[in-house]
Amino acid sequence: MDNQTIYALSTVYGKSGVAIIRVSGSMATKVVTSMTNLQISELKPRYAHFVKLRAIPSGELLDKCLLLYFHAPQSFTGEDVIELQVHGSRAVISATMESLSQIKDFRLAEPGEFSKRAFYNGKMDLTQAEGLADLIDAETVEQQKYAVRQMDGALKNMYESWREQLLNMLAHLEAYIDFPEEDIPQDVVLNMKNTVFKLCEEIKKHLTDDNIGERLREGFRITIIGAPNAGKSSLLNQIAKREAVIVSDIAGTTRDAVDIHLDLGGYPVVFTDTAGLRETAEEIEKKGIALAYNRAKEADLVIYLFDASINAAQDIEKYKKDFAGKLLVVANKRDKLSPEDIMSLQKSGCLVISAKQNFGTDELLKAIKEKIGERFTSGSSPVVSRRRYRDALNKTLEFLSAFSFDKEIELTAEDIRLAVREIGKITGRVEVDEVLDKIFGSFCIGK
Amino acid sequence: MNNTDYDVIVVGGGHAGCEACAASARVGAKTALLTHNLATIGEMSCNPAIGGLGKGHLVREIDALDGLMGRVIDKAGIQFRMLNASKGPAVRGPRAQADRELYKKYMLQALREQSGLDLIEAAVEGFVETQGVLSGVKLADGRVISAKAVVLTSGTFLNGVMFIGHETTIGGRVNDVSCAGITPYLKSFGLRVGRLKTGTPARLDGKTINWDILPVQEGDKQPVPFSYLTKKIDNPQVCCHITHTNERTHKIIRDNFSKCALFSGLITGIGPRYCPSIEDKLVKFADRTSHQIFLEPEGLHTDVIYPNGISTSLPADVQEEFIHTMEGLENVRILRPAYAIEYDYVDPQELNDRLECKKVPGLFLAGQINGTTGYEEAAAQGLLAGVNAAHRALEDGKEFIIDRSQAYLGVMIDDLITKGVDEPYRMFTSRSEYRLFLRSDNADMRLTEKGRQTGCVGDTRYSVFKAKKALLEKYRALCEQLQTSPRELEAAGANIRAEGAKKSAFNAMSYTGVSRETVNRLWPELANMPDEIYEQIEIEAKYAGYIKRQMADIEIFKKDENLRLREDIDYSKIGGLSREMVAKLSKVRPSTIGEASRIPGVTPAAVTAVLGFVKK
Repeated sequence: MDNQTIYALSTVYGKSGVAIIRVSGSMATKVVTSMTNLQISELKPRYAHFVKLRAIPSGELLDKCLLLYFHAPQSFTGEDVIELQVHGSRAVISATMESLSQIKDFRLAEPGEFSKRAFYNGKMDLTQAEGLADLIDAETVEQQKYAVRQMDGALKNMYESWREQLLNMLAHLEAYIDFPEEDIPQDVVLNMKNTVFKLCEEIKKHLTDDNIGERLREGFRITIIGAPNAGKSSLLNQIAKREAVIVSDIAGTTRDAVDIHLDLGGYPVVFTDTAGLRETAEEIEKKGIALAYNRAKEADLVIYLFDASINAAQDIEKYKKDFAGKLLVVANKRDKLSPEDIMSLQKSGCLVISAKQNFGTDELLKAIKEKIGERFTSGSSPVVSRRRYRDALNKTLEFLSAFSFDKEIELTAEDIRLAVREIGKITGRVEVDEVLDKIFGSFCIGK
Repeated sequence: MNNTDYDVIVVGGGHAGCEACAASARVGAKTALLTHNLATIGEMSCNPAIGGLGKGHLVREIDALDGLMGRVIDKAGIQFRMLNASKGPAVRGPRAQADRELYKKYMLQALREQSGLDLIEAAVEGFVETQGVLSGVKLADGRVISAKAVVLTSGTFLNGVMFIGHETTIGGRVNDVSCAGITPYLKSFGLRVGRLKTGTPARLDGKTINWDILPVQEGDKQPVPFSYLTKKIDNPQVCCHITHTNERTHKIIRDNFSKCALFSGLITGIGPRYCPSIEDKLVKFADRTSHQIFLEPEGLHTDVIYPNGISTSLPADVQEEFIHTMEGLENVRILRPAYAIEYDYVDPQELNDRLECKKVPGLFLAGQINGTTGYEEAAAQGLLAGVNAAHRALEDGKEFIIDRSQAYLGVMIDDLITKGVDEPYRMFTSRSEYRLFLRSDNADMRLTEKGRQTGCVGDTRYSVFKAKKALLEKYRALCEQLQTSPRELEAAGANIRAEGAKKSAFNAMSYTGVSRETVNRLWPELANMPDEIYEQIEIEAKYAGYIKRQMADIEIFKKDENLRLREDIDYSKIGGLSREMVAKLSKVRPSTIGEASRIPGVTPAAVTAVLGFVKK
């Protein structure tokens, strides 16, 4: 990152009522002097100025627009920021951007650069920056809820409070080391052991959240398995049609697993259709079946769909064992059954549907929503939304579990110091240049 | 400036000055030590002791660079104790009580034996410049002595004022003068000068203490010397005694708070947090009803006792009153009341990593003038300043820079020049992020080779070092090569599961339950290993995982440290630096990108901007 002033279109390029172009850096107010009729002495922070925007170098009128000024450090980036709200015309946007590029020391922002500067200038920590990225990417209500909470600092506050507790302990230990005449009282030792124990429990609890956070970002994985011709594809088609919001159709990694992304009651869900399961000697089909099985193993929920006119009792028992706790048994082809058969199947805990006649699909979706909802019982506490948090917290736990008073005291202190550093990596308290570029690189331009 | 009287002049004969002039002379510069009184060379103005936690590390580092302090205290020490002996090896600190007179005697002797060094009794009152370059010092009698570099180690003598209650006396130490002439010069150079405070307790007459009722604190049965050259401690060893303040003591002090120079606002300087006066302690640890006081003899042939822990600026009559409330001191005679002292110091942010003033090339500062407290801190700075002054004077193109990953000395200098001080700076092991590596047992392995290259390590020291290093390498290799099974190890008493792959002798040393005897029994080849070698290999084995991690950290740290910044960078020309950042960076003028990043308040964004500018 150099220290030039950066600019970018913050809204989507295209025809719209208003487009916002954002400028940030120590030279930002050059926009005012070189492109508008406004005097620099008239420029007021946090005030909407109505200005005539002129092109560089011709001086021709580009647009009449609103200009907002945020004075450093009271701005999103912590630097001087100018926001131009021009009319959302492709021509105006292009001409304005072209003029900005003419100003000395101005350049187009890189993806995520505004947020990166905000982080560097202490306006937010890394979890907040990532919350913001998630918020921008959020496509479902639940994703939005969690992202906005994280952006607001829910994770930051929790991690910082853990870090704070450890730092306090470290201060005690250091005092004990550096003042040999002052003996550390036994109750302080006990307190420290307690703190570490409680902290470990808290971190473990935070970590064993069924990967809710990652699920929220990546979608709940539901895999439909069953014998060939059980009606899996028909069912998936029905589900896809029923739900108004189809996010995308993505072909799976092999031709035999197909993913469909849906918004199910605010939760992002990925349905996977798989190859039919059966005994076979054919190599390619064998691979497809193995893949189906693996997908089901990784899935958050497995729907076993079977043809109700065929006895599947043996398979049901097997799958109940293989996918304990996450299996939903669904009997298809209801239309082929007698009312008595339907009753007895329902009694045994099966949903009985007809994918072809589109009967019972709503009931099935309701059951799925309930299953997902169950995993959000601790809905108010912040969740581990990223793999790198999980990795750092696992390392923290590793250092804390090495902590004891049965070794050299400087090693005891070192364990805590290392734990503090791991937590610091999450919020960006520690220099973590190598992860920074990764994090901010995933932002869109203009944020 | 070709024909100067000396290459290097060192002003001041305290702990910083002694190391500075000796180091400069060792490097080969023609050096003079100027002090207003040769009889007070190496004077211990406060505590009659050397070493302690962090401080003991510094003494070992001075010694590894062939400095004097370790060797002198080994000859003058009368009670040796390894502090934190029950804790781990990284935080152990050697400490010794000194016979004050012996210390001065042996220090003077060491300086007299140093070739290329003149000791001159003269009071320095100013500096001389030739064409804007520092060219010597001006004496009180008007004479000028010229030199190519000057190391100023003025201690507490610049405008020193002593306080006993509301009574003030001008002077840098009891019964001594103050120096008023130098500060105006420093200010005229544009250096930022401030005031700091420190204090020393009363001295007691040992003949009037009721020793019989006081608990005894013995020294270590086997005194461990400071110097890597000392084989054995020859002095007879004495013991100290312990007494305590009590609620009566505290009441008297509290009732007289208004009479303290400290609380009445007479003293504007800031005193050290970690060596607080007794009134400070009472305010800061308000719930404590008692504090430990150590009664330390000042020498083998004196009855003067130093009561460690009751520095104060209360009036003499109040001191008299509260001291008598303590057990054993009921009838004690006070030889000299405690006093506080306030003096001028220079903001160490004015210095570069060679302890040279950035605004005054050729002027080096060391010791209390840089805002530190403690003999060891002063001496360590003196050594580094002396070596660099010599390099400058000799124009040999060398610089002697020690960074944070190499020594406590490096930690201290980096802290001083990047952060400045707001109270007298004292060394602690917690100041070092690489504590497990920077130990007092391996100071020679860390520094002696580097000192040899820069020219401050003599032949005797170097040959002792090389012999030890060879032994260390030989036995380390042997320890890694020799193996045994976990079963045998367990049988020998190690806390290990009797299964799995074979363990080397080096691995074995890391297990609890494995003693020197165990090792000797399992591997007779190792029985002849000298104790100090064994100890070091054992520490490395026990710390192995942790040290490996710190080494990885050090590598990352070195990357930023190796990016050096020129001192004449115009920060206002760097695009996009805020005015605040420009001000901070211009004030400190960091020597490396690493230093820049450690200046309080300098943001990562600003550091990146500087980096971008430099790379252009």
